Amino acid sequence: MERDTIVHRVRTALRRTATDPRPDPPAVYFRIPEWDRAERIRRFTDALEALGGRVHIAPATAVAETVCGILRGRTALISGDPFLRECGIPQLPGVEGPFANAAEIRSAAVTADVGITVSAYGLAETGTLVVFPNEAESRLISLLPPAHVAVLRARDLLVNLDELLSRVPDPGAASSAMVMITGPSRTADIEQILVRGVHGPGEVHVVVTDRETE
Amino acid sequence: MAIEQPAKIEETLQDGRVQLAIYAATARLMVKRKDSIAPDRCPDYQELRTRANAIKRHTIENLDYYLEQVEKSVTERGGQVIFCRDATEVADFVLELAKKRDAQLVVKSKSMTTEEIDLNERLEHHGMEAVETDLGEYILQLAHQKPYHIVAPALHLTRYDVADVFSERLAAGREVVPEKQTLIARRALREKFLAADIGITGANFVVADSGAVVIVENEGNARLSSSAPRIHIAIAGIEKLIPRAQDLAVFLRLLGRSATGQPLTVYTSFISGPRRGAEADGPDEFYLVLLDNGRTKVLADTSKRESLFCIRCGACLNHCPVYRKIGGHSYPWVYSGPIGAILSPQFMGVTHDPWLPFASSLCGACAEVCPVKIEIPRILLELRSEVVAAKTREKKNRWERLAFRAYAWIARHPSVWSALGLFGAAIAPDEPSHWIRQLPAALNAGPVREWLSQRDLPPPPSRTFRDLWRERQGTRVQ
Repeated sequence: MERDTIVHRVRTALRRTATDPRPDPPAVYFRIPEWDRAERIRRFTDALEALGGRVHIAPATAVAETVCGILRGRTALISGDPFLRECGIPQLPGVEGPFANAAEIRSAAVTADVGITVSAYGLAETGTLVVFPNEAESRLISLLPPAHVAVLRARDLLVNLDELLSRVPDPGAASSAMVMITGPSRTADIEQILVRGVHGPGEVHVVVTDRETE
Repeated sequence: MAIEQPAKIEETLQDGRVQLAIYAATARLMVKRKDSIAPDRCPDYQELRTRANAIKRHTIENLDYYLEQVEKSVTERGGQVIFCRDATEVADFVLELAKKRDAQLVVKSKSMTTEEIDLNERLEHHGMEAVETDLGEYILQLAHQKPYHIVAPALHLTRYDVADVFSERLAAGREVVPEKQTLIARRALREKFLAADIGITGANFVVADSGAVVIVENEGNARLSSSAPRIHIAIAGIEKLIPRAQDLAVFLRLLGRSATGQPLTVYTSFISGPRRGAEADGPDEFYLVLLDNGRTKVLADTSKRESLFCIRCGACLNHCPVYRKIGGHSYPWVYSGPIGAILSPQFMGVTHDPWLPFASSLCGACAEVCPVKIEIPRILLELRSEVVAAKTREKKNRWERLAFRAYAWIARHPSVWSALGLFGAAIAPDEPSHWIRQLPAALNAGPVREWLSQRDLPPPPSRTFRDLWRERQGTRVQ
C-alpha cells in the first residue's frame, strides 16, 4: 500500500521507528496587544478601509437603515443567521431569503447583487472578518455576489489572529470551514496592477453594531 | 568548469521588455515586503522567523508521527487521506474517482504541487477538462506556458500579451485594460465554477491536529474551488504539515508579508472535511492527497532536509540578483529562483542540471529574507561540491576501468604476470638517483598526473614475490 510505503520511507529517512517517542512541539506563540473596544473599532476601520472596504458604525436600532443605505435598491440574499432577522433585514426592499436548502441558496447567490451575512468575529489588527459556515451561514453567500455586507457585533471584534486562535484552538471543531476575509477580492496578476473583484466580491461593507443578542 | 547552460538564459537577457517586467515586478514586491515588516507594523518579525524555523524543524524531524496523526484527524472529520508516491498515482486517483462519480470538469486553484506533477496534462490526456482559475494561471494555461514565479505566475506578461491571448483563445474583443481583462476572466470562469464536478486546490499548510488544509489567496478562486463543486480534492506535499492550528499565528503572519507584503491575504480558508450534516452548503466529499514525489529522498539528507521547510512565499526569487536577470523560465523545473536552485538538484539529481547550483553569486539575500530561515547559500555550496564529485567520479571511472581491465588480463595470464615481474626486478633501482626514481616527474601529465596527485609511484622491488616464495619453501623443506 502506498500509505505504508511512504510512512516507511519517511521513517527510514529519519532513522526512526514506529515506537520512537515524539518530543513536544515548540511552545505556541501568541502576541496579543491590549486594545480596548474603541481602539479595536478604530484599528479595524483603518485596516479595512485601507484595503478598499467600508466600515459603518451603527447603533443598535439603525442596522437595517444602514444596510438599506448600502443596498441602494440592489437585490440581496441573506443568510439564515437569526441576528439578521432581529435587526429587521429580511423586511428591507429587494432582500430575499433566508433559504433552507443548498440548491436554493446557490441559485439565489448566483443572481443576487449583494450577499448579507453575520460575521462570527472580526480581527481589528488586519480588518478581517471570520466566518464559520453552519446551518445558518453559507459558504457561497459571502462569495458569489459582487458585493458582501457583513454585520459584526462589536463584542465579537478581537484584537488579531492570535487572539482568535487562542479562543478557537481548533477551528475545525465548529464547522467544516473557517474563512477569514480581509478586504475585497483582488488580483495584481496583470502587470502588478491592482484590480478588485476577481472571483469574490469586489465590494465589502461591514456594519459594526453594539446591539447585543442576549 | 565548463557547464552548459540553457539557451533561455541568453534569450531572456537579450529581451529588454521581459527584463523590465521582471525588474519592476520584483522591485515592487521587495518594497511591499519591507514595508510590511517595518518594526512599527511587525515588531516581532525576527522572533516569528525563529519560531517558524523551529516548528518546521520539529515537524519535519517527526514527520512520520504527524502523517499518521493527520490521516486519523482528516478521517474523523469525514474526509479521506490518499498517499501518492508520484505523479502517476495522483492522476490515477483523480481519474478513477472522476470515473466513479461520472465527473468531467475540474476547476483548479493555483498549486505549485500540481504543476510539479503536470496534473492538467495528465487529466486532459484522458479526456477530462481541467481549468486553472487563478487569473495568472488561467492566462498561462491559455497561452500554454509554465508559471514564471511562485506567487506571481504571469509576471513576465504585459497587458498586451494578455490581450493577444484572450482575443485568440476566448473569442473576446481585444481588450487592453486590466480591469476589463479581469472581468472577461471572471465571467468565463464563473460558468466553469458552477458547472464543475470536482474542485482541486493545493494547500499552504496541512494541520495535523485538526485534520485541515489551509489555503491562502487573494482572488476567491480557491474558496470557489473548495466550495462550489460536489467534490473537493486538496493536493499537498508531505512536507506541508504543521502540528497545530495555533501554529498558524506564526506562519500566516509571515507568509503574506513575505510574499506580497500583506499582513494577511484576502482569503484564508481553513477546511476540515466535507460539508457536515446540517451545514447550508459545501462539497459532499473531501480528499487530501499527500504526495511524496522525491520528498523522502530529500528528507534522508540531514544537512539539506531543511529545503523542505519552504512555504513557497517567493521572497527569495524577488531578492535574487540572478533570478532577476535570467527570469523564471530559465530554471529547469517548476520551482525557480534560489529555492528552485536547491530543490531541483535534490529532486532530480545533481547531474541533471549541473550548472544550477553555480548560478548564484552567494550574496545571501535569499537566506536573509527567507521566513523559515532556510540556509540556501550553504546548501548551494554543498550541492556544488556534489556536482564536482559526480563529475570527477565520471571522468576517473573511464581511465580506471581501462587500467583495471588491463590488470585483470595480466592477472589471468601467469606467464605474462611472471614475465612482468622479472622485468620489474631487472630495472629495480639500486641507488637513490636511479633513473626510475625520476619517472613520476616525466609521467606527470594527463590522467596519470591526476592519479599521482594523491599517490606515490613505488619503484619495483629487486626480487619478485614468487622468487621469495620459492626460496622460503625451499628453506622449510631443508
